[in-house]
Amino acid sequence: MKPPAFDYHAPRTDEEALDLLSRFGGEAKILAGGQSLIPAMNFRLARPAVLIDLNGIGDLAYVVEEASGGVRIGSMTRQRTVETSSLVRDCSPLLHAAMPWVAHVQIRNRGTLGGSLAHADPAAELPAVMLAMRARFRLENNEDERWLEARDFFTGFFATALAEDEMLCEIVVPCLPSYSGTAFREFARRHGDYALAGCCAVLTLEEGQGDSSADQTIKDARLTYFSVADGPVEAVQAQSLLLGQSPAEGLFAEAAYTAAQTDLDPPGDIHASPAFRRQLVEVLTGQALAEALKKALEAKD
Amino acid sequence: MKHIGKPVRRNEDARLLTGKAVFVDDVHLPAMLHAAFVRSDYAHGRIVSVDTRQALELPGVAAVYTAEDLGDYWRPGPLLVPPPPVEEKTFHARTQVPLARDKVRHVGEPIALVLAESRYIAEDAVELVEVEIDPLDAVVDLEQALDEQAPLIHDDLDSNLSAEVRQSKGDYQGARRQAAVVVRRRFEYDRGASAAIENRGIVASWDGRDQHLTVWDSTQAPIPIRNGLAEMLGLSESQVRVIAPFIGGGFGPKIMMFYPEEVLLPWASMQLQRPLKWIEDREENFYATTQERGQIHWAEIALDAEGRILGVRDDFLHDAGAYDPYGLTVPINTQCTLLGCYQVPNYDSHFKAVFTNKPIVTPYRGAGRQHGVFVMERLLDLAAREMDLDRAEIRRRNLIPPEAFPYDNEIIFQDFRPLVYDSGNYPRCLERALEMIDYDDFLSRQQPKARREGRLLGLGLVTYVEGTGIGPYEGVRITVESSGKVNLVTGVGTQGQGHYTSFAQVAAEQLGVGVEDVRVVTGDTREFHWGTGTFASRGAVVAGNACHNAAKDVRRKILEQASEALEAAQEDLVLEEGKVYVKGSPESSVSLGELAVRANPLRGAVRHGAEPGLESTSYYGPEQGATANGVHAMIVEVDAETCQVKIVRYAVVHDCGRVLNPLILDGQIEGGVAQGIGNAFYEQLHFDQTGQLLNASFMDFLLPTALDMPDLDMDHFETPSPLNALGVKGAGEAGAIPVAAAFAQAVEDALQPLAPGLEILEIPLSPNRLFEILSEHRDRRDDGRGDA
Repeated sequence: MKPPAFDYHAPRTDEEALDLLSRFGGEAKILAGGQSLIPAMNFRLARPAVLIDLNGIGDLAYVVEEASGGVRIGSMTRQRTVETSSLVRDCSPLLHAAMPWVAHVQIRNRGTLGGSLAHADPAAELPAVMLAMRARFRLENNEDERWLEARDFFTGFFATALAEDEMLCEIVVPCLPSYSGTAFREFARRHGDYALAGCCAVLTLEEGQGDSSADQTIKDARLTYFSVADGPVEAVQAQSLLLGQSPAEGLFAEAAYTAAQTDLDPPGDIHASPAFRRQLVEVLTGQALAEALKKALEAKD
Repeated sequence: MKHIGKPVRRNEDARLLTGKAVFVDDVHLPAMLHAAFVRSDYAHGRIVSVDTRQALELPGVAAVYTAEDLGDYWRPGPLLVPPPPVEEKTFHARTQVPLARDKVRHVGEPIALVLAESRYIAEDAVELVEVEIDPLDAVVDLEQALDEQAPLIHDDLDSNLSAEVRQSKGDYQGARRQAAVVVRRRFEYDRGASAAIENRGIVASWDGRDQHLTVWDSTQAPIPIRNGLAEMLGLSESQVRVIAPFIGGGFGPKIMMFYPEEVLLPWASMQLQRPLKWIEDREENFYATTQERGQIHWAEIALDAEGRILGVRDDFLHDAGAYDPYGLTVPINTQCTLLGCYQVPNYDSHFKAVFTNKPIVTPYRGAGRQHGVFVMERLLDLAAREMDLDRAEIRRRNLIPPEAFPYDNEIIFQDFRPLVYDSGNYPRCLERALEMIDYDDFLSRQQPKARREGRLLGLGLVTYVEGTGIGPYEGVRITVESSGKVNLVTGVGTQGQGHYTSFAQVAAEQLGVGVEDVRVVTGDTREFHWGTGTFASRGAVVAGNACHNAAKDVRRKILEQASEALEAAQEDLVLEEGKVYVKGSPESSVSLGELAVRANPLRGAVRHGAEPGLESTSYYGPEQGATANGVHAMIVEVDAETCQVKIVRYAVVHDCGRVLNPLILDGQIEGGVAQGIGNAFYEQLHFDQTGQLLNASFMDFLLPTALDMPDLDMDHFETPSPLNALGVKGAGEAGAIPVAAAFAQAVEDALQPLAPGLEILEIPLSPNRLFEILSEHRDRRDDGRGDA
C-alpha cells in the first residue's frame, strides 16, 4: 500500500496553483486535505503523475458572511472549521447539522470542504447538502472564473464539471427564506462511516397563517439524498407532491414513499440491497420532513 | 495472598503507552532491503508463466524470487497438528507452499518475492512482474465443494474433502425414539478476519561473519519458529535467534506457521547477505493471514417431555480454506464444545472439512468453539419455544450439577484427549447472570412495557464452556540477581495479554518482592531454549504454573541461604519486602541481594554438589486442560424501521478458577466480547463466486469501535482447578465465544412482535441482513396464508 512515484508541487498562491494546473492538466491531482486521495494513491487506484498541494495557500481558507446573505467559504477551509463556525451555524443550519456526520473529527481536522465537493463521492454528505442549499461554486482557471449551481457541478460518479485546468475556489451557501426549517438524517453502520443512505430536507412555509401545522402551506420543499445514486440527487416528484400542500403526517408519508419508490433507484452493495436502501430512504425522509417542519414552525414563533 | 488476585497495574504499560515498546516494524538495520510480494489475483488457476525480467531491471531492485528460484528449499509447510486419535476419520494433509508453483489456490497466494531498497520500489517492481494465469472455476460455497462437478483444488485428491470425522457417545437414534420433542435446523456461521491492530511482520538478518541468523517475527510461537527455521535452513538451533518483540494482538493467526513470508525472508537474507524486512499491510492481511469461522450445520436435538436433553445429532461442513496445515483443530473444538455446560447422554457428531479457494483457516480466538455454542444454544432456544418453556429454565434443567465434577464429556478435544471438565459450578453462574440482567423483571415488566410503547427489546442468555490450558508444556527460569531484583524468563511468548505482570505477580508472591521488581523476559529464543507458544488460552495455566514452581524452588533456596546467614531455623524466617528476617526481629534482616551474592560462592566457599545462585528452572506440562465456563446475558433494542441493533445491557458471569489479576482478566473478557460483537454484527468477509474478497479494507470490513461497545457488567466466580497448583484456568478466548449465540437470541426475541415465529439461524448479522430475514419471513407468512 505505497503509491507509485509522483512529482510534488507546493504553490504559495492560487495563481501559482492555477498555472501549475494549466501546465499539467489531466496528469495532475490537487491535494487538499488528502483524506480520500492519499488512501486511493496508496491502493494505487489513483496514480497522478503530479500532485499540487494547496495546503500552503492560506487565501483559500475562510468563512465570511456574504453581503447578500449567506456564507462564503473558501475551498481549503477545514471541515472542522466549518463545523465550529458560528456563522455557518446561524446562516446555514443544515450544513452545520451535517458536519458532525462527515467521517470522524480527526478526518475533519484535515479534510476540506472543497476537497470533499470536488471528490464527489456519491456517499459523501456535503454534495447533497450543497444541492439542498442551492449553493453556488466558483471555479477558476489561470485565465478566468465561472460560477456553477451545485446541481450543475455534480455530474456523476466521482465526477464534476471541473475542467482539467480548473480548481474549485469558493462555495457560497445562500441563506434560506424566512419560515424555513431544515433537517439532516443519515443511516450508517457505525458513526463516522459512509452512510448507507442519507437525506437532507428543507421546508419553507408561506408567511402569515395560523400557529398549527394544519394552517400552514408549503411554499418550497427540497429533498436531497446521498449514497443512493451515482451522485447527490434530488427527489423531484416527492418535492412537487409537497408544494402548496398543508403539512401533515399522511402527506409526509406519501412524499417519503414517493422518494423511495419513484424518485430514486438506489444501487445495491455488500452493505445494503436496493430494497433496504429504499426502506432507509423512506424512513429517513419521514424523519427529516417532520424535523424540518418543526424547525420551520419554530422560525415562525 | 499479597499479589495474586490483586488488580495490579501492568508493568509493561508505561512502555506501551509512551510508544517505547519495540514491535517488528520498529527494527531498522543498516543496509536493510524491503520485501513485497507478487500475489495471485485469481482464487484458482494454473500458472502459465512468471516473467521477472522487467522487474529486475528497475533501479533499486536487488532480487526477485519465484518458486523455481527456491530450488530444494521449496517445500510445503509442516503439518502443525496431526489428526487426533479418533477412530472414524479421514484426513488429507495439504499444506501451504512458500511460493505458488503450478497452481494458485486463493486470491493473495504469493507467487514471487521482490526485494528492493524501499517498500515503494518493491511495490513498483511487483507491478512489473508479469504473471500469466489460466483461471479455473473457484470453489467458494461450502455446500458445493463436494459436488462431483466441483473443480479440484488439489489435483491429486479425488475430491475437495480435507477431512471427515465422526465422534459419538451413547445411542442417538435410540434416544431420538424416546423423545417428546425433536428440533432440527440448518445453521450457518460465516468467516471473519481477526484483524489484529499490528499486522504480521518479519525482519531477517543473516550475519555471514558470525554465521548467525536473527529473526524478528510477530509470532505467538518464537521457539517453534526457531526450531523450524534451523531445520529448514540446515543451521543449528544455536545459530538462529527468533525474537517476538511486543505483539500487537495475535488472536491465533500468529500461531500459524510457517507462513510463506516466514520461510522466505530468512532464506533470502542468507542468499543476499543483507537484512530484510517485510511488514504486512492491511490489504495483504485480508489475504495473507489466516481466517476462521465458516461452517454450516444441520443439527437436531431430542428432548423428553420435561425439556431434558436426550441427545444431539450434528452434521456439519467446515471451511478449511485452500490448505489445512492446522489439521482438525477448529472443527474438533466445535464438535467437542457443542456439548457445553449440559448433560447430553447421547451425541452423534459428524463433519466434513472441505477445501475452498479462500485464505487458509486456522484457529482464531474461540477456534471453533463459537460454532458449537451457537448451534447448541440456538437448539435449546428453539426447543424451549416449541415446548413453551422459559429459556433459563430449559438450561437450568440440563446443566451439569456441581457434584458431577470431574465430568467426562467423552468427546476428543484439540489436545487429543476426551474433554473432562475439571471443576465448576454452572447453576451458580446461571443464577447470578439472571440476577445481573434482571431476568424476571425484564420478562414481566420491561419487555411488555417496551412492546406496548412499540419498542423492540429482546434478551439473550447463553452458557458456554471453554477448554483451556492444554499442553504440551512451558518452562520458566527465575533468578534473584545481586541487586535483589528478580529476573523471570520464559519461552511461552506473548501477544499482549499482560504476561509481564501476571507472571511477575506469581513470582512475587513466593519471593517476597514487589511485582515491579520482577523483570519478565519472553519471546526471545536466546533467553530460553524450550517452549511452545501462546495459544489456546494456556499462558496463565501452563507458564503460570511453571512460574509458580520455579518461584517456590527459589524461595526454598532463599530461605536456606538466609537460615545460614541469620543462624536461624527456616520455619522462623519471614521473607518480605525483598529481605529475610527472624520473626519478631525485622531490624536485623538480610536482603535478597546479599543472599544472591552469598549463593554465588567465592573461592574456597564452594560446597561439593552445590549449584550457584538463587535460581531455578521449572517446567509444567498439564496432563489435561482445565475447563472454564461462563454465562453471557444481553438486552438489545432493535429499530424496526432501520434494523439497527443497540446493545442496551450486557452481563458476564465468568469462572476461570483462581484469578491472577482481575484488571487483566476484565480486559481479556472485554476484548473478547468486543470481538464477539464484531463477529455477530459487523465483521463479515464477502467473497464473490469467483473467490474475490469484496471488502479487503477497514472501510468495508467493519470492526466495532469503542462507541459500539456496551458497558459490561462483570462478575467472576473462582472455582479453582484441581489440576494445577495455582488453581487457574485460561481466560483468553472466553469473552468471544458465546456472544454471537446471545446476540442472535436477543435479536430474535426482540423481533417477535414484528415477526412472530421468526428464527435467526446464522451469523454474522447486519441491518441489511436483518431486513432481508424479516422480508423473507413476511413472504413466507403471506404464502402460508395464501395456502390456507
